Parts: sequence; C-alpha cells; structure tokens
Amino acid sequence: MSTNGAPLVEVVHVKKYFPIKKGVLGREVARVHAVDDVSFSVTEGETLGLVGESGCGKSTLGRTIVRLLEPTAGDIRFRGTSISGLGARALRPLRREMQMVFQDPYASLNPRKRVGSIIGGPMKIHGVGDKGDRKQRVQELLETVGLSPEHYNRFPHEFSGGQRQRIGVARALALRPKLVVADEPVSALDVSVQAQVINLLDELQDEFHLTYIFIAHDLGVVRHVSDRIAVMYLGKLVELSPAEELYQRPIMPYTEALLSAVPIPDPDLSEQRERIVLQGDVPSPIDPPSGCRFHPRCRYMTEICREVEPPLTDYGNDHFAACHHPLNVDAETLKRVQASDELSPRSADEDATPVDPGKRRSQPVPRIPDSR
Amino acid sequence: MAERLLDVQGLKVRFATEDGVVNAVDGVDFELDRGRVLGIVGESGCGKSVTAMTILGLTRGTNARFEGEVSYKGRDLLTMSEAALREVRGNEIAMIFQDPMSSLNPVYRVGDQIVEAITTHENVSKHVAKRRAIDLLRQVGIPRPEARVEDFPHQFSGGMRQRAMIAMGLANNPDILIADEPTTALDVTIQAQIIELIDKLKDDFNSAVILITHDLGVVADIADEIVVMYAGRVVERASKRELFYDPQMPYTWGLLGSIPRLDRPKPERLHSITGAPPSLINLPRGCKFRPRCPHALEKCFEEPRLEARVEDPKHLDRCWLVVDEKRSLREKTIAGEVAA
Repeated sequence: MSTNGAPLVEVVHVKKYFPIKKGVLGREVARVHAVDDVSFSVTEGETLGLVGESGCGKSTLGRTIVRLLEPTAGDIRFRGTSISGLGARALRPLRREMQMVFQDPYASLNPRKRVGSIIGGPMKIHGVGDKGDRKQRVQELLETVGLSPEHYNRFPHEFSGGQRQRIGVARALALRPKLVVADEPVSALDVSVQAQVINLLDELQDEFHLTYIFIAHDLGVVRHVSDRIAVMYLGKLVELSPAEELYQRPIMPYTEALLSAVPIPDPDLSEQRERIVLQGDVPSPIDPPSGCRFHPRCRYMTEICREVEPPLTDYGNDHFAACHHPLNVDAETLKRVQASDELSPRSADEDATPVDPGKRRSQPVPRIPDSR
Repeated sequence: MAERLLDVQGLKVRFATEDGVVNAVDGVDFELDRGRVLGIVGESGCGKSVTAMTILGLTRGTNARFEGEVSYKGRDLLTMSEAALREVRGNEIAMIFQDPMSSLNPVYRVGDQIVEAITTHENVSKHVAKRRAIDLLRQVGIPRPEARVEDFPHQFSGGMRQRAMIAMGLANNPDILIADEPTTALDVTIQAQIIELIDKLKDDFNSAVILITHDLGVVADIADEIVVMYAGRVVERASKRELFYDPQMPYTWGLLGSIPRLDRPKPERLHSITGAPPSLINLPRGCKFRPRCPHALEKCFEEPRLEARVEDPKHLDRCWLVVDEKRSLREKTIAGEVAA
C-alpha cells in the first residue's frame, strides 16, 4: 500500500442533520444529528476504516463524502478543491473519480438488468467508448473481479451473494475511480465468502491504486484491510489511529468495548479475556446525550463526562481520541498532550484535555505468542 | 448423565424440484442433552437450516421426502401427525429466526404476539399471559417492559427485536431452543449481548440450545459440541475444544482461516475457501469437498465415512488424510500459506 502523502479527501467539520418535520406546514420540530462536526483526511492510496455501531452516522458520512448527500455544514475537499457546494452538473466529472460499493448485494443490483448493462451503465452515462469498447471493457472487468466474461448476459438472480458483490465491485471500478467508498461490503456474506471479497478488494487496490473508505461494524474485518481506523459514536469521531495501534492500545473506552465484543475463535482465549458487554443500544441521535456522548454507557464515567464535551486530543503517532479518562496513557504523556485544532469539533472545550488517566492498561484483544 | 432430549439419526431430506432432486440434507446424526449447547456450522446452502426446520416439521410438503429418525424424548417427529407436532412446536421445541425484522408481525404489538404464543399452548387468561409477557421481556433485558409491551415492532431496535423473539421463543418454557443465525443481522456489540443472553437463559430455563451459524467465532464461547456441515452432510463433529484445537477436516480449517482474527498477527491475505459449495442437485463424486480442497488426493474420489480417526473417540470426521499429516498441514492452511 503506497502512500505519497497528499490528501485525496479532506473532511472539514462536516455536519449532516436530517430535519424531522411535522404538521401541515412542515415545520421542523427536531433534527437527527447523524454526523456532527467530523474532520479527517484520507491520503491517496490508503484505506481508512470507518467503524461504529448501527446508527452512529458512518454510512451517512460515507454518502456525504461521495456527495450522495449534501452536508448541512462544513466542507468536503477532493484533491484540495471544495466539492460541498457543487451542483449536479459540476459534480458530474467528479462522480467518475468516486464510486461506492453497497452493503446489500441483493438490493443494489437492478434485477431486471443484465450484468453487462449493470457494469456498463456508468460508462454509458459518462460516454466512455462505443458499444463494442464498453462490452470488451465489461468483460475485462468481470475477469478482474473473478467472474467469467460469459456472465455478461446473465441476470443478478443467477448469482450467489458473493458473486453479486463482485458485480457491485466491478461496477464501482468501471470508470477507474480514485476513491471507492465501500459501505459494509461484506457484512451480508458468509465468513468464507467474506474472505474472498476482502482479498479481492486488497488485490484491486494494488492493481488500480485505489483509495478506500471502508465502512464496517466488524473490527476484525476492518483491521485486516485498513491502514488507519476512525471510530464513530453517535455522529462524532471519537478515535482516529493507525490500524495496528488501535488494537494494541485503544484510548477511548468505546473502542475498548467494541474490540472486546469481537468474537475470538479460540475457546480458551475467549474465556480468559474480559468481555465488556455494552448495556443497551446507541441513544437517539435526535437528542444526543450532553458532554461526551458515550457517557451513559461508559464504565469509567464521572461528572465531567456528563457536562463537558471532550476535544479530540492528539496523543502523537497520528493517534487521536476524545475522552476525559483515556486508557493506556500514563500521567506523563497526559501532561504533554493537547487538543487537535484541526480535528476537534468546534463545540468541544479545547481546554478540557484529559488530566485523569482511566484504567491504566487495557488490552481487550488478547494476543497469543506468534510461535504458536 | 443428563437427559437425552433429541436424537437425530441418518436424517435425509430431499426436495423434488423442476430442476431435479435437491439433496438438502444427506445423512445427519447428532444428539442433544438437556443443558447443552450444540453449534451447527457451515456455509449458506449446506443444509443447516433445513435440518433445523425439519426437526420442527417445517419442511413438510408434497415435494419433500424424509429418511432417518428425529426422536424427541423417544417420539419420532418425522412421522408424528401434524396435530401432535403442533403441540411440540413452539411449546417444547421453539425456534428463533435469523431476521428479527421479518419474523415479527409489523401490525401487531410486540406484547400481543408474545401473548398469542403463550395462549396457543396454555389455557390461561389474556391478563395472566400479558403479565407473563412482561416478565419475559424483563428477563431478556428490555428496559421498562410494562411500557414496551405495548410497542409495535418498528419501535424496537434490531437488538431489541431479537430479544423479543427470544422472549417469544421462551414463552412456553421449551426444552429445546433452536436459534438460526440469531446474530447475523446485528452489530458485534449487540451480538455479544444476545449470545450472552442465550447462554444465561439456557440455564434459567433449563433448556438445551441448537445454535446455527456460519461463523465459528460465534460458537467459540457457548457451544459444548459442534457439528460442521457441508453439502448436506456432517463432515466433522467434536467437542468445542477438540474442534478448535485439533480440527481434522480441511473444510473446518477453511472456515477457521476465513475469520480475520484479532488475536493473531495480521496475515498478508486471508485464507479463503476457493469456489462455491457444490450444487445439491448434482453433487461431486467422492468427498463432497474435494473440488475445493487444497489437499485432495486420488483417494478422495471415494467418499470417506464419518468416523473417529483421532485419539478422542467422540471426534468424528470425513477426511482420508493421515492424522499426522493433517496436523502438519493444518497451521499453514489456516494461516493462508497453502495456495488453494
């Protein structure tokens, strides 16, 4: 995975609220705070994993980045140019550069269209080549994703879930995009097929120099594909870290809980480790909790968490986390850290950098020695 | 010795279709004792759900043919009359389905659906049944059950719907609870909650559980015994520890290797089982896994029997490879170092 340092996508204080309207006049009575002041950037050639539970805003953010949704506030930059205010016509050339792979391979392919026209569709819309060229290109793509050129005239129902997801991937690649946003691309598949699709995405990244934003709730899958991982909770970015580091040294208690919920196919290790089972569901994003949004479910919660929103604090080594009681950080380090100007939400209290380390060490993922 | 609840021997299920005869289940044996959890693991189309549905008589139809025996406390469920079966179904053996969205009726209140499950099998007043429904919702961890019992399914989150399904399954205190992919549609955090809940309730209700899944990680915690199915057959069957620490079937290795593991260093590529499961209409000759097996031999054109090949007499598998050879090949295969 080669990275050359230039950000391909920058997400700058992006908010996406959905209005809830009531009455004949359609008066706005409340708002769903789906994405609430999130900032990060994605470097060319890297894979950013975006994780969180259902309803945390990860899919909304993914859709906002490719401009399927318009942000309520904030800016999205693609190769340094702002794309958040662009109209449909101005966006069109950019659509070639950013594509999406969807979660449900059953719902995201038109059952009445043949595979050839599904994959060729984007090329037709963008006027790439003539009919013959397109057919040839589609057949190449089918081979690239591990299907056979003879599948050109088949319908989606003739394929299994894994094969359909390959068709979805081929369609996303048809215009040779730079950025692919994959929204839970494997969560509807069997584990054995998941592995095939993940390996395919890996190979394609090398072959086509793709940049991925990989949205998933399964941290096992995300670790495998990602260079960096962003953890979201209730519309906020709560931790951002290089992939391996996140697993060795989670700082935010929510990340700790997420990691500890990933099943480990090893009965002894699984029994030994501490399982932090989060109680209840994610609260409503219509009226999110005050202060740190995770506080009602957090086992380290104190008074400050209820009142003050923690800023995204820079712990060095590209590791950011928003928490008053960070894990795996010693008191020494805490003296040096400060809020990140760029990434921290504007509503957070910049001076509220943590002073009180939480439980000192936490390794929710047990490791067995490599020699085994 | 715990009470034997279920004894499945030589179960075969065939469906006649326009395209030919589908051998959905082709020789499945297992036993289930009270208080135990049996995991049935395999890919889509391996016959695991058909096995479960056949136990409850849900696959009966003019085009279905059954062979073998499914004996519940000594009574054969395969030959039982529909009326007698209705007494068993939901009452003594209950099932939780994969998709809580489509298994609850959207136009009835959650509480009323649980009440219906209770009053179908027991002669109690609606009032009493409703109190029981509230208790059940509390036991499965629904907050404020007195109020939530009046909710409609759409007012519940995915995890809560699955809890409500479990409450409904447990409504008549069944001996056996069959959970068919109960966590597949859920987040990992909610998955952990549900698995823990099933494990706890199994003890509270003194039941046995059959947990069906495609993900070996899900059964690593709670299963006592695991059956791995492929192409309608049991290809490996062992206690949980035996299966995870000494798996014998290359197919099981494939399932284990496909899971991206947090407890090990990240491999270059994930091991994946190449290709797709065979068509159940036209099965390959010999070992059914042969076409996808990286270690297939000439001998594999002949089908191996399910028998004990390792020290543990209860560890059964269907693979011709010599045990020592398997043990040396296994780690490499799971780690993805053997090109399939």
